[in-house]
Amino acid sequence: MIRSLAQRKKMKVRLSYLALVPFLVFFMFPLYWMLITSFKTDTEITSLKGIPLIIQSKPTLAHYKKIFFEEKLPLWFKNSFIVTGLVTLITMAISISAAYALTRMRFFGSQPLGIGTFLTYLVPPTLLFIPFYKVVGSLGLLNTKWSLLFIYPTATVPFCTWILIGYFSAIPRQLDEAAFVDGASYFQMLTRVFLPVATPGLIAATMFAFTVSWANFLYPLAYIYRHDEQVLTAGIYTSLIKGDVYFWGELMAAALVASVPVVVLFAFLMDYYIAGLTQGTIK
Amino acid sequence: MELNRAAGEQSRNVNLLSKLRSRRFIGYWMVLPLVVLIIGLVVYPFFYSILLSFQNKAETKFVGLKNYQRLIRYGTFWLVVGNSFRFTLTAVFFKATLGLMLALILNNLPFKGQRIWRGVSLIPWVMPLALSSLGWWWIFEPTHSALDWVLVQLGSTPKPWLSNPFWARIGCIITNIWFGTPFFMIMYLAGLKSIPRSLYEVAEIDGARALQRFRYVTFPMLGKLIAITVMFSTIVTFANFDIVWILTHGGPRYTTHMFGTYAFNIGIETGHLPRGAAIALFMFPVLGISAFFILRNIARGET
Repeated sequence: MIRSLAQRKKMKVRLSYLALVPFLVFFMFPLYWMLITSFKTDTEITSLKGIPLIIQSKPTLAHYKKIFFEEKLPLWFKNSFIVTGLVTLITMAISISAAYALTRMRFFGSQPLGIGTFLTYLVPPTLLFIPFYKVVGSLGLLNTKWSLLFIYPTATVPFCTWILIGYFSAIPRQLDEAAFVDGASYFQMLTRVFLPVATPGLIAATMFAFTVSWANFLYPLAYIYRHDEQVLTAGIYTSLIKGDVYFWGELMAAALVASVPVVVLFAFLMDYYIAGLTQGTIK
Repeated sequence: MELNRAAGEQSRNVNLLSKLRSRRFIGYWMVLPLVVLIIGLVVYPFFYSILLSFQNKAETKFVGLKNYQRLIRYGTFWLVVGNSFRFTLTAVFFKATLGLMLALILNNLPFKGQRIWRGVSLIPWVMPLALSSLGWWWIFEPTHSALDWVLVQLGSTPKPWLSNPFWARIGCIITNIWFGTPFFMIMYLAGLKSIPRSLYEVAEIDGARALQRFRYVTFPMLGKLIAITVMFSTIVTFANFDIVWILTHGGPRYTTHMFGTYAFNIGIETGHLPRGAAIALFMFPVLGISAFFILRNIARGET
């Protein structure tokens, strides 16, 4: 039996969708179970007859009300936004300036610095969190959210600089020359030529800085013990678990709500992020 | 005379000023914040960490290699070493394999479907890991485990997730695979798109079947990318903290600790910062080797 090319193609697509199903079930199940749990009553959560796929009794908003009005979730949200926002600003300022210099001005040490920047990106948080503890302590910032402003950039700046170097170096040099002939200064060239042309790169780098700062768990857990100074990730973990009694409904509701900003960001700008992530390695 | 000297000074000043404004100097000014950050917050802490690891608990005197010697003599430390390697090798293997399968599947889909499902598949990786780990913790909860419920429906038996060393390790690995597979998918998918169509056409004319096309076109073309992605993931997986900390806190009885969590336990929780620093530094060889291979493979070696 000889099937037409079109038929074969259709078949291939159908089979691919079929093969996709187990992956989607694996990826979505935890989120679904979290979502379902967050709407269940405490009685149903602790009932041994609970079923992870459906809500059996009437759904409730009690857990959400509790985390917003009785727990410190709004405060942690505020702290997370302050820290993430400032870190993103600091990161972009440092990265844009460094990436611009590294791509357009050859000077002594510019090449090793480029490689050094990349190597720094490969340093994971767990390697240096203990000396950071001393650094934060000597700055007198232990137990405050401001400590994170110093530490998070170590995780965000190197990769953002790396992403931007990729985008900046793709800008044709003729553009610089044209701008120079017109009498543009370095700064004007950066703001009038580079930044507008490399906007996708700026978006990717900003997203990276935002997500990394928003998601970090180790640093706030290690340096901040006061609930009022805590950010979302560590705050939810340290405050909503009380002794041996777990408030699963509240925990799941809080974990989902705290993920919303990042997920929304990705829902709209994912393509930029993927392009930025992959452009450095695929060439 | 006087006038001349003043003029000379002025021209020297102008010279200096124009020098400071020159290409080279502007370059230095612009990278200064980055250099300060790298030296002040990465290089310095790294060497400080080595220094710290040679001190006693109170950080009052140097004790040489004692912290390292103590660790090597602890059975717990070797558990940590074993776990870290087992965890990394297993998780990276599954992530790389499943990620490749997923990328190949998605690559077959028409443009619109591909965009949507690629986005959906990316959610586990986008969501903050500490928060999704809380969800997995709930999935593995002994009396209300959703996974056990599924297993029972499928005719299997409940498993002692998180309370038995073997199953606790499996639980951590599953969570890591869930989190990391999308990253591999996204890298591979970008790689697949960069393979020229013509190669497949030639292969097809030569009569290569789907499996052969994969074996002789796709796989070799992705080779370098696979290597880089695996090395990247090795670093991140090896240095993992969030999953183990949230799911098991290193337990039961220290059997699931990895370098990161054990360093936190000893360094921060019990307050022995020097020994914590020593534990973390044990990660360095693996990280260094991975970094070396990434750097050697990366296309944009020089900037």
